[in-house]
Amino acid sequence: MNGQGGTMLDTNPDEGYTTADGRKIGGIAMEMRNITLRFGGVVAIKDISFDIRWGEIRAIIGPNGAGKSSMLNVISGFYHPQDGEVIYKGYKRPRMRPYQVAQQGIARTFQNIALFEGMSVLDNIMTGRLHHMKANIFHQAIWWGRAAREEAENREQVEKIIDFLEIQHIRKTPVSRLPYGLKKRVELARALAAEPSILLLDEPMAGMNVEEKEDMCRFILDVNDEFGTTTVLIEHDMGVVMDLSDRVVVMDYGKKIGDGTPDEVRNNQEVINAYLGVAHD
Amino acid sequence: MTTTATPTPAPDELCSVPALLARNAARYSLQMAYREKEFGIWQSWTWAETNEHVRAMALGFLALGMKQGDYVAIIGRNRPALYWSMVAAQSVGAIPVPLYQDAVAEEMAYVLDHCGARFVVCGDQEQVDKVIEVQETVHCIDEILYLDKRGMRKYDHSHMNWLEDVMREGRAAQARLEPELDKRIAALGWDSTCVMLYTSGTTGKPKGVVLSNRNIIITSKNSSEFDKLRPGDEILAYLPMAWVGDFIFAIGQAYWTGFCVNCPESAQTMMTDLREIGPTYYFAPPRIFETMLTTVMIRMEDASPIKRRLFHHFMDFARDVGPKLLDGKPVTAMQRLKYALGNILVYVPLKDTLGLRRIRVAYTAGEAIGPEIFDFYRALGINLKQLYGQTEASVFITQQPDGEVRSDTVGVPSPGVEVRIADNGEVFYRSPGTFESYYKNAESTASTKDAEGWVATGDAGFFEEATGHLRIIDRAKDVGKMVDGGMFAPKYVENKLKFFPNILETVVFGNGRDRCVAFVNIDLSAVGSWAERNNIAYSSYQELAGLKPVLDTIQAHVEQVNESIAQDKMLSGCQVHRFLVLHKELDADDGEMTRTRKVRRRIVEEKYADLIDALYADKDSIYTETEVTYEDGRKGKLKATLEIRDARVFGTLAQQVAAE
Repeated sequence: MNGQGGTMLDTNPDEGYTTADGRKIGGIAMEMRNITLRFGGVVAIKDISFDIRWGEIRAIIGPNGAGKSSMLNVISGFYHPQDGEVIYKGYKRPRMRPYQVAQQGIARTFQNIALFEGMSVLDNIMTGRLHHMKANIFHQAIWWGRAAREEAENREQVEKIIDFLEIQHIRKTPVSRLPYGLKKRVELARALAAEPSILLLDEPMAGMNVEEKEDMCRFILDVNDEFGTTTVLIEHDMGVVMDLSDRVVVMDYGKKIGDGTPDEVRNNQEVINAYLGVAHD
Repeated sequence: MTTTATPTPAPDELCSVPALLARNAARYSLQMAYREKEFGIWQSWTWAETNEHVRAMALGFLALGMKQGDYVAIIGRNRPALYWSMVAAQSVGAIPVPLYQDAVAEEMAYVLDHCGARFVVCGDQEQVDKVIEVQETVHCIDEILYLDKRGMRKYDHSHMNWLEDVMREGRAAQARLEPELDKRIAALGWDSTCVMLYTSGTTGKPKGVVLSNRNIIITSKNSSEFDKLRPGDEILAYLPMAWVGDFIFAIGQAYWTGFCVNCPESAQTMMTDLREIGPTYYFAPPRIFETMLTTVMIRMEDASPIKRRLFHHFMDFARDVGPKLLDGKPVTAMQRLKYALGNILVYVPLKDTLGLRRIRVAYTAGEAIGPEIFDFYRALGINLKQLYGQTEASVFITQQPDGEVRSDTVGVPSPGVEVRIADNGEVFYRSPGTFESYYKNAESTASTKDAEGWVATGDAGFFEEATGHLRIIDRAKDVGKMVDGGMFAPKYVENKLKFFPNILETVVFGNGRDRCVAFVNIDLSAVGSWAERNNIAYSSYQELAGLKPVLDTIQAHVEQVNESIAQDKMLSGCQVHRFLVLHKELDADDGEMTRTRKVRRRIVEEKYADLIDALYADKDSIYTETEVTYEDGRKGKLKATLEIRDARVFGTLAQQVAAE
């Protein structure tokens, strides 16, 4: 699954740390340096710096309008910050189009599900393999040689993901007929199909019931555990974030107000203020 | 009917499953033995490949130090490798003990401890976790083996092995261990234990039923010949591996006959897989046939008017002619022609959609099946029959021969089985399939099986004089008496109620009382879809179950049943006077049902004593709190106020009341 030559490729053995449950977290995968993002006069992100390490589950949390999704869009290359730089795999990332970012091994899911509603689950996930297909349009049109071989290889990868996420029973079902929780899982499957080094999840649990949330949590943990996929997630549900993530960035009004392990963040006074409000004497 | 306790050995001395496997590998080497859908594709194994895999696994077991007489627990969903592990365990002289995969750790602990399992073969991480939990209290387990590697990387592997690695080590040790393996296979005889199966136990702790090679192989031989099973037949193995039927169908008969066992991709894909495989021999409990029929009917409601009319027209016709054609009774040439037309337009396409087109023999058992449902499948030309059996008999006691099929009997004694009815109506049998003993439970063995080998079934029934078919009324111990001396047969009433699609489950009380009362469980899918069609909003099962129109419908059902019971003089006292609709589904996790979904009457009676009291008191409603267990083992409380309804009673009893 680790298509981009393994996720730990820049790991320096001296770097990183080992989590309580025994997972090895590697060196720095991506570093955000002094990112500032403005829309006209509105400052969405103000001078934020943090890093993401190989193999970790990194959460970005904050109240509504804190700039979380904007941050994710900066990581995915959809927004281009006015100031600051993104260092990915040790190099400064030039201004790129989203598909170029995708080719670099960053895949994402969306807050509002963005699947092809009329297509089957299988076809939707296959679209995640698009940049693994090299056959030209002529071969693909007549279904011959490289095109046929590639389709079989890619289908095999997709079937492994279907098996992993336990969605065999809806393989041929059109996405429009699925309940919300399953659509989210299909989105995750499509992102995984790209064999990403970094997986970006925009509110993966939003709008789910308890059971669906539990399932999704398990899948996120399993993906990280099984494939070592570095995961960055935005989430509102604090319980989920604290249970899932290794380190948490807290944002409020476009600023970073906290960064650390769930415990550290939980006890950070500024974070408590932002979430619960401050009592004025 | 034979009376010999020791049957003549089968030809070639094929007296163990590994011996049958060796024969099949030679005789049917290139025919398919197993298929499993994985990664969206049917993977298949021939008999020769199966033999190689099973032997590799057996050698691996030897390398791990498995001894003769060891008990090997197998926990997981139906997968070829788990079936192989059972045969591999038999090959080294160990005894396979398949367990229910949905059992919680607590239940598993009892069985693992009782049989003293040294090895446990698990399907996946979920099962491994349960076994590790069990190991805190049960210390007999030496090795855990698992099939699915997912999530297993971080576990302590000092006493844990991946099944694939076990096979690899077995292959590597072939030269060293093969003579020992062959010696152990040769040592297996008719009296060696073939398998030990724990009965779900409607009462008390589960009991380990010891079945010998003779039990399994002779029964498989007889039943395979009875239905003319042949190599090239296909079955779908989807029922719990711990259930005796699965062992007989997917191992006993499959190895005797040499047919192919197909394993579905997952529990949810069962219906799709059924359709892709198109089995020729099929077993399903009545519940599954019921669900299938409901799905068809719901989909027909959504079909275009022309299709719907066509469907109903030909189905009405088939209900009359289809069963006659199956039973070889005379029909006119015109009817034959119309049925052929129906075949093209309706029956064959429908059977194809259901995956039942190629079926030669289908069985249902375990519970009574509604005549409507039964006739529907017979009308389509599917040879659906009933059998009556239990674990202690290696399944078969009676079954229906082709051409003598009815929904209200369970057939004639199976080949080699003797059946007699005791004075109190209880059914006794004696057969080559009769179990050896209950493991470590001589007392129960003695009280169930007498010195001459007769086994008490615990069911009350009688033979129909005209046809010689057996009819089962109820559990013998559940048949009681009303205060006025009338017969009380709760199951009889419950089955009649359960034939209504809206009623999933029901429990009738009244033993030793002056009248009967009932609990009813609504069927969420049927009632839910009704609510949807009628724009009735509900947020939970509990709310739906308490809605007035739902109660009205159920009341109408109860009264209809009362009317039909009133026809039967012996049982007219069993009419339901008052009933309530329960606020939760009876569930195996709460101990209210067995894993095979049979109601545990005593436990329900104790647990809901307050509700029963209210039914007999003249209250209109009752407030209750019930403890429930969630799937992850946590417990919670349900609170509800239930409405109690009076139902109209008919006939003889009502007249008595009026006369007073």
